[in-house]
Amino acid sequence: MYDIAIIGAGIAGSYIARELTRYKLDIVLLDGENDVGNQITMANSAIVHAGFDAPSYKLKGKFNAVGNLMYDKVCEDLDVPFKRCGSLVVAHDEYEMATIHELYQNGLKNGVPGLRVLFKEEVHAMEPNISEDICGALYAPTAGIVSPFELCVHVAENAVDNGVTLKLNHMVSDIKKHDTHFEITTNSGTIEAKYVINAAGLFADDIYEMVGDPYFKLLARKGNYFIFDKEAGSLVNNVIFPCPSKKGKGILVAPTAHGNLLIGPDAEPVYKGDISTTTERLDYIKENALKNCPSLPFNKIIRSYAGLRNTPVKDTFTTTDGDFIIEESPVKGFINVAGYESPGLTSIPAVAHFVVEEIVKPMFPAIEENHSYNPKVRKHLRFDEMTAEEKVAIIKENPKYGKVICRCETITEGEIIDVIHRSAGARTVKSVKKRCRAGMGRCQGGFCSPRVVEILARELNVPLDEIMYDQQDSTFILSGQTKSVKEEA
Amino acid sequence: MIYDVVILGGGPAGLAAAVEAKNDGAENVLILERDRELGGILNQCIHNGFGLHTFNEELTGPEYAERYIQKVKDLGIPYMLNTMVLDLHDNGNLKAIHVINEENGYMIIETKAVVLTMGCRERTSGAIGIPGYRPSGVFTAGTAQRFINMEGYMVGKEVVILGSGDIGLIMARRMTLEGAHVQAVCELMPYSNGLVRNIVQCLDDYDIPLKLSTTITFIHGKDRIEGVTIAKVDEKLKVIPGTEEYIPCDTLLLSVGLIPENEITRNAGVVMDNRTNGAIVGELRQTSMPGVFACGNVVHVHDLVDFVSEEAVLAGKGAAKYIKGDLDTNVTFTTTNGDGIGYVVPQQVSMKNVEEKVTFYMRVRQVFKDKVVNAYIGDQLIATKKEKKLLPAEMVNFKIAKDVLAQYPAGEIRFVVEEAK
Repeated sequence: MYDIAIIGAGIAGSYIARELTRYKLDIVLLDGENDVGNQITMANSAIVHAGFDAPSYKLKGKFNAVGNLMYDKVCEDLDVPFKRCGSLVVAHDEYEMATIHELYQNGLKNGVPGLRVLFKEEVHAMEPNISEDICGALYAPTAGIVSPFELCVHVAENAVDNGVTLKLNHMVSDIKKHDTHFEITTNSGTIEAKYVINAAGLFADDIYEMVGDPYFKLLARKGNYFIFDKEAGSLVNNVIFPCPSKKGKGILVAPTAHGNLLIGPDAEPVYKGDISTTTERLDYIKENALKNCPSLPFNKIIRSYAGLRNTPVKDTFTTTDGDFIIEESPVKGFINVAGYESPGLTSIPAVAHFVVEEIVKPMFPAIEENHSYNPKVRKHLRFDEMTAEEKVAIIKENPKYGKVICRCETITEGEIIDVIHRSAGARTVKSVKKRCRAGMGRCQGGFCSPRVVEILARELNVPLDEIMYDQQDSTFILSGQTKSVKEEA
Repeated sequence: MIYDVVILGGGPAGLAAAVEAKNDGAENVLILERDRELGGILNQCIHNGFGLHTFNEELTGPEYAERYIQKVKDLGIPYMLNTMVLDLHDNGNLKAIHVINEENGYMIIETKAVVLTMGCRERTSGAIGIPGYRPSGVFTAGTAQRFINMEGYMVGKEVVILGSGDIGLIMARRMTLEGAHVQAVCELMPYSNGLVRNIVQCLDDYDIPLKLSTTITFIHGKDRIEGVTIAKVDEKLKVIPGTEEYIPCDTLLLSVGLIPENEITRNAGVVMDNRTNGAIVGELRQTSMPGVFACGNVVHVHDLVDFVSEEAVLAGKGAAKYIKGDLDTNVTFTTTNGDGIGYVVPQQVSMKNVEEKVTFYMRVRQVFKDKVVNAYIGDQLIATKKEKKLLPAEMVNFKIAKDVLAQYPAGEIRFVVEEAK
């Protein structure tokens, strides 16, 4: 019997699990996928928002700016790429300037430090590649960019290192509430826990309906993105937002934590599994991104993809202006962390602290601190970012760091072996890519994917054709040996 | 130790350049190769058709590579495998190459001359942005070729191929021979991007349909690919509504173009040509950086390895001349692509370095019948190349004798497609 079961190992569930290890609790982290952070966490804008958007009376407004300021320490402890690059919301006319001033005032209320309204000339001094047509911008120096999947992987790894039991491939199909505990049925066995934290992302409403009467619905809204080659990575220095409208934050142009350039997302209501891109939507993004950055080099695009947001719709089922749902639900002992869309990534350090200290702690009167809690992960050695001296030293120590597998991103075999064998380690080609960027570059795994398959098979001691690209059993890469090999055998 | 010539890449270009440099008097030549064996992409090209021009016989890729590897070994040219070049620095007379491998760790290799022979990579589904899902089972043709021919594993059974580049055509046949069913090769353009012989031998002989002016508008399947929607396109390459057709498949191969791998070249500061995506080179494949040469697919994408070897000989000669101080650096002619021509290599000619002739390589922008390629200096027609048919897929190989060029003191050589007179 676990003290707490957390359903969903995305950024929310994983982070709350890690935060809970500050106390002596028996925690299990469940996910239906074969890797942590494989859905919403995998495909989003990767931005650590400053926190001037959401009104202060909402949870989003309450947690965003606070969460943002916790990122330096979090990313240092967890060894995750994070750059406080700043953001600009640019205005094209006086009406938009009025909105900029409203955002500025709201930012002050939310406690966002360093906000400034800039004139056109100041904006162009910072960002020479922004359109001539703008008239000013809101500058937020605390905004940043992070690698969300690396953050999630390291959060989960740290949680496991601090004692959390991670159970992947455990798809929850039913939950029964008993007097003293919950009984959670999954496709890989039954789990019992005294309390449940529902952080199931898009499916948090379905999970809640297993125990209680529905009081919120989650609407999947799809966003398409493009990633550009690193050659285009320095086109902008800040995250560039258009002026927000009722539809949302609009199409942004941003550098990424690893030096690429990202544009997107649009917003389109879809069914929960739809992560397909469409021509119309991709064209729409290009068109709108050009309004602020007219020199975007579309011939340097290396990937397009789509991700989903889980927008909460409460009660009336009509508004999309929902807030996070972070509370003990009407079902005692069952905590919902739902509707966890943007700025969820930014807010999570503050939200996890809130969930643990304000919601969970009162449930355990005799709770004891875990004195062996270590917030740091073992350093993730990134060969490409090392100095020449460090490169010399690491290859001497472990020659596998002298063998480059991914040419585009200069990822060595040493790094790939490391991410396979860390806690919450990689099992698929995509999970290797998420953790150490092999296949993330301009050739998109063309050269390295056969080698990554080979290394995974060797390190996990399974045949090559058992290595999956992504989802368990359904994303096979190879369909058995060739005739010529079979004949030889 | 200071090397005379270091070759970055042990594929067909690098091997031939190394052999030539050594034969021309460069004593200390070194080949750096990132893969586990010499030969480059030839190792996975187990089909035949290589060497018709060079050896007057049909060889497989590995056989063709072996001829050059043997020469490298006979000449005692050292090579390092599994070795990755991180950076190339120009320190004036010497170049510093930062490399790593498992055995020797991090090394800085100093050399007088460098030949860049890194080859090219395949354009991906990401680069062409096919809408739909991102499932497994979508491969570039070359990656599939590596899995099948090098690792001995099939990549699927029901196949659609997008793009009619040569690797795609070769893989259509290879997959068929391995028992897979190739349903169609779809090509966006109204003509094939592969060699005619490959269309005949790899598609026609196996009744695999080539659907021209056709593209893929959607990839279906969230986990493993389940099918594609294909559609016809008009002259502006826009999808014609109503022509969509669903083809179920478990594999999609892409053969949609090759891109020279010039990250090292660009970082080193060598001047590039945005028509070829390669360095601007002279007649002996010298680049803008003295002592740095480039040849093969890293300069421009070739369709036959024989021409890669031919070009590599020039670079090897150039590097050997350079270290002896015999390379003339005065540019006599520049070249440019006029009507109907996409690019010309070399982009510069120094007449003092020319022996008997200069071979200009170029590609036409579209299919032309009964036309000629004319070379002009100013409005003076200096040479004509006749071809029954000019195809974008087949590189034009235009030789102009030294005597002809020597009649002009300097200028720009312009190549254009024109009516035959």
